[in-house]
Amino acid sequence: MIIPIEYYLILSAFMFVSGVTGVLIRRNAIIVFMSIELMLNSANLTLVAFSSYLGNSIGQLFVFFVMTVAAAEAAVGLAIIIAMFRNKLTMNIDEINILKW
Amino acid sequence: MPLEIILFFVFAIIAAVSAILMITRSNPVFSALFLILNFAALAGLYLLLNAQFIAVTQVIVYAGAIMVLFLFVIMLLKPEHEKLFSIHPKIKIFAVVIAALVFLQLIYLIFLSKPSSSENPAVAASVKAGTIEEIGRELYTNYILPFEAAGYLLLAATIGALVLAKKKFE
Repeated sequence: MIIPIEYYLILSAFMFVSGVTGVLIRRNAIIVFMSIELMLNSANLTLVAFSSYLGNSIGQLFVFFVMTVAAAEAAVGLAIIIAMFRNKLTMNIDEINILKW
Repeated sequence: MPLEIILFFVFAIIAAVSAILMITRSNPVFSALFLILNFAALAGLYLLLNAQFIAVTQVIVYAGAIMVLFLFVIMLLKPEHEKLFSIHPKIKIFAVVIAALVFLQLIYLIFLSKPSSSENPAVAASVKAGTIEEIGRELYTNYILPFEAAGYLLLAATIGALVLAKKKFE
């Protein structure tokens, strides 16, 4: 391993922060969703980096489970977006406020 | 300079730039395509880390299945003009400042904890941690219960997506 693990961690932190910024500054529900996927992937990169540097395969198993959860989350979330779009004809998350009192 | 370092910087720059482009494009299709590029660059980084199984899964599951799902939903829903989604510029600046602060904190913590000091080159060199053989052995012995639970989670998600997106007949 010639590359220090810090480089991977910095890249992962950068991608996580881009995902947070995307959630904060965008109002399109689909792009907010894609930003969440970006954050999940940055966590995956950290897990794989530590798993590889410590010589332990459990971190990569956790990446496998994170991918499963991400797939389930994407399916259910996109179904919710479709249902919302059918009711209100919008993807703007500021207008989807029927649960607000 | 060794090839490994050059490849790392190429993939890292592709990943970072495509992440930035993903959150700034106004067209959701471009955002999705840049996210696919980001996932492909991450698969390259996983290969550099000797995680072959995860690299292949990344391409097949993320860049293949999940992003195709996203592109289908973008295609099905009516494209709206981005002006409808605009938010106050002050909020944008505030969000970027907060994100930059969080990033600096993370960098500080990474350099404070010095994870590479505890790194053992002998362990990292002799590792077979990323092969399908190793992951499959762990998955089907010690982690069989979470594996089954993941299967049920996917089944529940499939049923939930069907119920949620089903057209209501009155």
